[in-house]
Amino acid sequence: MSLVWLIVIPLAAGVIAGLVARRSALAARWLSLLAMIAGFILSVRMWLEYYPHISLLSQQKWIAEIDVPWIAGFGIHFHLAMDGLSLLLVTLTFLLGIVSVMISWREIRDGIGFFHFNLLWVIAGIVAVFLAIDLFLFYFAWELMLIPMYFLIAIWGHERRVYAAVKFFLFTQLSGLLMLVAILTLYFAHHAATGVYTFDYPALIGTPLAPHVALLVMLGFFAAFAVKLPMFPLHTWLPDAHTEAPTAGSVVLAGLLLKTGAYGLLRFVLPLFPDAAHRFAPVATGLAIAGILYGALLAYGQTDLKRLVAYTSVSHLGFVLLGIFIGTPLAIAGAFVTIIAHGISTGTMFMMVGMVQERTHTRDMDRLGGLWQTVPKLSGAGLFFVLASIGLPGLGDFVGEFLVLLGTYRVNPRLAALATIGVLCSTFYGLKFVARAFHGTNRNNWKLPDLSAREIAIVGSMMVILLWIGLYPQPILNTFAPAAQSIEQILAGPPTASSTATPAPPAAPWHSLEPVRLSPPWTPPPRGAGIPARVPLSLPSGAGSRPERSGFGTARAPLPVRGAGSVSPSVSPSAPERLVSPWRSPSPLAADLSGGNR
Amino acid sequence: MFHLLWLVPAFPVVSAALLMLFGRRLGDRMAAFLGCGSIGLSAVVSILIAWRFLAAPPPGAALTEHLWTWMSVAGFSPGISLYLDALSLIFMLVVAFVSFFIHVYSVEYMRGDEGFSRFFAYMNLFVASMMLLVLGDNLLLLYLGWEGVGLCSYLLIGFWYTDPKNGLAAQKAFIVTRVGDTAMALGLFLLYQQLGTLTIQPLMHAAQLAWPHGSVYATAAGLLLLGGACGKSAQLPLQTWLPDAMAGPTPTSALIHAATMVTAGVYLIARTHVLFALAPTAQFAVAVVGAATLIAAGFAALTQDDIKRILAYSTVSQIGYMFLGLGVGAWTAAIFHFMTHAFFKALLFLASGMVITSMHHEQNIFKMGGLRKHLRLAYWAFVIGGCSLAGLPLVTAGFYSKGLILWGTLSSPVGSTTLWIFGTIGVFMTSLYTFRLIFITFHGECHHPPSHKTGWLMGVPVIVLSVLSIVGGFVELPAYLGNHPWFTNFLQSALPATVEGPHPALGELGSEALVVLTFFVGLWAAWFFFLKRRDLATALSAKGLGRALHHWWYTDWGMDWLYDRLFVRPVGWFSNTNKTDAVDLIYTGAAAATRTGWRALSLTETGRVRWYATALVLGAVIFIFLGALL
Repeated sequence: MSLVWLIVIPLAAGVIAGLVARRSALAARWLSLLAMIAGFILSVRMWLEYYPHISLLSQQKWIAEIDVPWIAGFGIHFHLAMDGLSLLLVTLTFLLGIVSVMISWREIRDGIGFFHFNLLWVIAGIVAVFLAIDLFLFYFAWELMLIPMYFLIAIWGHERRVYAAVKFFLFTQLSGLLMLVAILTLYFAHHAATGVYTFDYPALIGTPLAPHVALLVMLGFFAAFAVKLPMFPLHTWLPDAHTEAPTAGSVVLAGLLLKTGAYGLLRFVLPLFPDAAHRFAPVATGLAIAGILYGALLAYGQTDLKRLVAYTSVSHLGFVLLGIFIGTPLAIAGAFVTIIAHGISTGTMFMMVGMVQERTHTRDMDRLGGLWQTVPKLSGAGLFFVLASIGLPGLGDFVGEFLVLLGTYRVNPRLAALATIGVLCSTFYGLKFVARAFHGTNRNNWKLPDLSAREIAIVGSMMVILLWIGLYPQPILNTFAPAAQSIEQILAGPPTASSTATPAPPAAPWHSLEPVRLSPPWTPPPRGAGIPARVPLSLPSGAGSRPERSGFGTARAPLPVRGAGSVSPSVSPSAPERLVSPWRSPSPLAADLSGGNR
Repeated sequence: MFHLLWLVPAFPVVSAALLMLFGRRLGDRMAAFLGCGSIGLSAVVSILIAWRFLAAPPPGAALTEHLWTWMSVAGFSPGISLYLDALSLIFMLVVAFVSFFIHVYSVEYMRGDEGFSRFFAYMNLFVASMMLLVLGDNLLLLYLGWEGVGLCSYLLIGFWYTDPKNGLAAQKAFIVTRVGDTAMALGLFLLYQQLGTLTIQPLMHAAQLAWPHGSVYATAAGLLLLGGACGKSAQLPLQTWLPDAMAGPTPTSALIHAATMVTAGVYLIARTHVLFALAPTAQFAVAVVGAATLIAAGFAALTQDDIKRILAYSTVSQIGYMFLGLGVGAWTAAIFHFMTHAFFKALLFLASGMVITSMHHEQNIFKMGGLRKHLRLAYWAFVIGGCSLAGLPLVTAGFYSKGLILWGTLSSPVGSTTLWIFGTIGVFMTSLYTFRLIFITFHGECHHPPSHKTGWLMGVPVIVLSVLSIVGGFVELPAYLGNHPWFTNFLQSALPATVEGPHPALGELGSEALVVLTFFVGLWAAWFFFLKRRDLATALSAKGLGRALHHWWYTDWGMDWLYDRLFVRPVGWFSNTNKTDAVDLIYTGAAAATRTGWRALSLTETGRVRWYATALVLGAVIFIFLGALL
C-alpha cells in the first residue's frame, strides 16, 4: 500500500498546493516541501526495512507490490512493484524533489500555485514511472510526467522558453509514441503466443518474438529511452530544455527525467529483449562513446554555464548507456552508481548555476569571473561539484564511471580506451567552468551575498552524499544487487540443470607466499554484500559443461587471450569472471533467483 | 603502534576539512596552528611507527591495515587499506618530514595573504593525498591519492587566482598530468582484467605466476603505468607542465618538487617493480625516458633566467636520474636519490623563496647579483643545496645517491655504457647550470640590494634542510668508502637488490672518479662563463646558431609550441566552431522543412472560388489522363 502512497502524496499535495496558493504562497511552498519530505521519509524507511534482508531477497523479487485489475477486459492492471533498483531511484526522486522545492523558494514568484502543482505532478509521474510494471500503466505514467514538465519550462523558463518547451515536448512525445506501438506489438505477440492479453511486465518477459520483430519492438522502447537519456545524436533537445528551464526544472530534468531513460533500459529493454539488445549492443555502445566524447567537447565550447552543464549530462549519460549495453555485472553496477551520483552532482551543479544567476543575473562566462573574491563559499562549493563531475576519485561519479570502464575493458578494451579519453576531456570543461566563473578578477566589482543558511543546507547535504557514494558506495551497490542479478540472469539465459553454483569462496592462492599480516589482506565481503559475496564469477569448472543458449551462441567481441604460458590454475579463482562473456554466462546465482522471477 | 598508521593521512585530511569549512573565521594564528600541527602530528606518528618498524619489524617486514571495503562488486573489492613496508615507510617519513618544514616556512611566507587558511587547507590536502598514494595497498587507492595530488597541485598553482596566467598554468598542470593518468587508468583495467585484483602485493604475485618473462601483457601494463608516471613525474614527453607550475607560491613549489607529486611516478614504478622486471622492454623504456629527460631538462635549465624555472628544470632532470636508476634495476639507488633530492630540492626552493621575498618578488636572476653579502643564510643554503644537487664529492648527500645510480647504470646487466654516458653528461650539465645560478645570483655586482629580512620561521626550516642535505647521504656509503649500505639493506625487504652484471672494465672507483671529474669541469665552466667572462656567454647566445639553440632550449625544445598546435588548438577549434551543435541542424532542418511546406500549402488557401475551381478541374484532368495512360 505504501507504494500507492508514494504516488498519491505528491499528486494530492500538488492539487492542494495549487488551491491554497491563492490564499498563501508560503503555505503552498511548505505543503509541497512537507509532501516531498514525507515521500522521502517513506522511501528511506522502506530502504532501512529492506536493507537487512537483502541476502534473503534473492528468493523473492519485489520488496513491495500491489496488483489490482484496472481495465480487466484488456488485461490492464494497476500493478506497482518495487525492487532495489526502483527503491533507490524513488528515494533519489524525493530527495531531489525536496531540493527543487527549496531552491524555488525565492526564485519562483509568479503563479506559485500552478508551479507547485506542476512540480509535484512531475515528481509523481516520475515515481510512477519507477514503480509501474504494467506496461500500459507505465506508458500512462511516462506521459504524465511529460506534460507538467512542459508547463514548467514554458511558463517559468528563461528567454527562449517556448521554443525549448515545444522541442522537448516533440522529442519526447514522438519517441513515446514509438514506445506505445512497441508495447502494443508486444501485447499482441504475447496473446498470439499464449492466448492471454496482458500488459504485465513479469508475464511478458520471455515472450517469443521472431528475431527481426524483437529488434523492431526493442527499438521502439529504445527510442523513447534513448531520447530521454539522451543518447547522441538524439540529445539536442536537452541543452535547450535545460538552459531555458527554471532551476528546479533543470534539477528535475537532469537529476530525474534523464534517469527514467536509463531506468527504462535496465528494466525493460534488457530483460524483455535480451537477444535483440545483444545484437544491438555494438550500435548502442558506439553511440554511447560518441556521446561521451561529443558531449564533453561541446561542453568545453559553451560559454553559457547552464548549456555547459547540460552537455556534461550528455557525456555522463553516455557512460550509463555504455555500462548498460556492455552488460557485465561490473558495468551494470557502474551504470547504476553513475545514475545516482550524476543525479546528485549534476542536479546540484544546476542549482549552483541558478544561484550564480540569481545573484549576478547572468550565466554568460564572458561576463562572469572573479566570483571567488565575493562569494567564496558558493565558489568553493561550485568547485566541489565540478570536481565530482570530472570524476575525481573519492566522489560519487568516479565510482560509477570507473566500474563502467572496468567492466567495459573486459569486453572491449578499445571502447574502454575511448571512454577513458572521455574522462580526460571532462577535465577541459570542468576547469573552464571554474576558471571563467569563479577565478579571475572581479571585473564588475560585484559585492554579492554568499550562500544563505538554506542554500548551505542543500549544498552541504549534497556534498556529504557525494562523499558517501564516493568512499563507501556499498549500501547502494548492495541494494541494487538483487535487481542486477535478475537482469544478468535474463541476459545469461535460463538457468540450466547444470547450474554449477557451488560458490566456493575465492581462494587466495598467494596466501602461502605472503608474509603474515596484521589483518588478512583479502577480507571476505560482509554477509549480505549482494553479488560479490555470492558470485565468484570465475571460470568455474562447470562453465564448460553448461549448454549454451542458442540466442547467445555467438560470443561478443573475442576477449583477449591471456599471455602465453600456462595459466596457473591457482590463479584463476582470484580472477573473477575472466573470459566469461556476460551475455552468455549464466551467473551461478541464476539458480538462486530462478524461483521468484519466472 | 602499527595500528595508528591510519592517523598519518587522517590528521591532514581532518585539518584540511576544518580549514575549508571554517576558513577565515579561524583566524590566521589558528589556521597556521592547525595546518602545521596536523602535519607535525603525522610526522610524529610516522617516526613512532618507523622506530617500531626498525626495533621490531612486523613479520615479513610488511603490514596491512584494513580500514573498510571501498566497494565490492562481482569480485572486485578494493579496500580502503593501508600497506606499510620499507618502501612506503621511507616515502612516508620523507613526505611527512619535509612537508612539515615546508609548512612551518609557509607560515611566515604567506603571512598576511588573503587566502591564508585556504592555502593551508590545500597544502594539508596535498600531503594527505600523497600519504594515501604511498600507503594505499591497492592500485585504486593509490589512484585516489594520485588524482588527489593532481588536484591539489592545480589548486595551489592557481592559488592566486585573480591572475588568469596562474589559472592557465594550473589548468595545464592538471590536464597534462591527467593525460598520464588516462594511460595509468588503462593500465589498471588491463591488470585487473588479466589478474583479477588490484591489491598490489597479490597482483605482483599473480603477475609472476601468470606471466612469463617478456610477456606482452606485462609490457603493455608496464608501459601504461610508465605513461602515468611520466605525467606525474614530469618526464618526457609530459614534462611541460612543471616549469609553468612556478606560478604558485614558492612553498608550493617546494612541496610539489621535493616531497609530493613529482616523486609519485618514481614510487609507482618502484612499487610495481615486479611488473617491470617481467617486462624488459618497459623497463628499458623507463631508463630511456629517464636518460633523455635528464639531458633535455639540463639544457633547458641552462638557458632560463627565472630562478624558480631553473630549479624546476633541475627537478625534471633529477627525476630523470631516478627513472634511469629504476630503468636499470638500481631500485634502491633511485629511492635513495628520491630521499636526498627531497632534502636539497626543498632547501633550494625555500632558499629561493627567501631571495624572492627579499627582492620584492623579482625572480629574474639577471636582475639580482651580489646578494652573497646581504642574504647570508640564503647564500649558504644555495651553496649547500646546489653542491648537493650537482654532487660535490664526499660531503654532500646528492653525491652518494647520484653516484649509486650511475654505478648501477654501468654495472647492471640491463644498463649500458651509453646510458652511463648520458648520465655523466647530465652531471656536467647539472654542475654547470647550478653554479651558473649561484654565481649570477649571489656573486658579482649588487644591482638591487634586498630590503627585507626574513624571520626565524623561514630560517629554521632552511637550516634543518641544509643539515639534512649534507648528512642525508651518509646512510649509504659505497664500497670504496667503508661499504656501509644501511639504506639498501633496509629496503631489501621491499625491493630486490641491484643485480650486478659482468664487472665493467671501469670499476666503481673509476666510474666515480670520472663523474667527479665531470662535476669539476662543469663547476669550472660555470665559473669561467658566468663569473669570469660572462661576456663570452652572452656573446655566444646573442647571434647565429647560438641564439637559435638558446631560444630552442629556452622554450624547452619547443614542446609547448608543438602541443599547442597538435592538441590544444584543434580541440579548441572544434569546440568553438561547433558551439551551436551541428547535430541540431538535422532537427532544426526538419522543423524548417515542415514550416516551409506549411507555408507553401497555405498559399493555396486563398479563399477565391475561381482558384479552387481551376485546381479542381486541373486535378480531375490530370487524374483522368493518368487513368487513361495506365
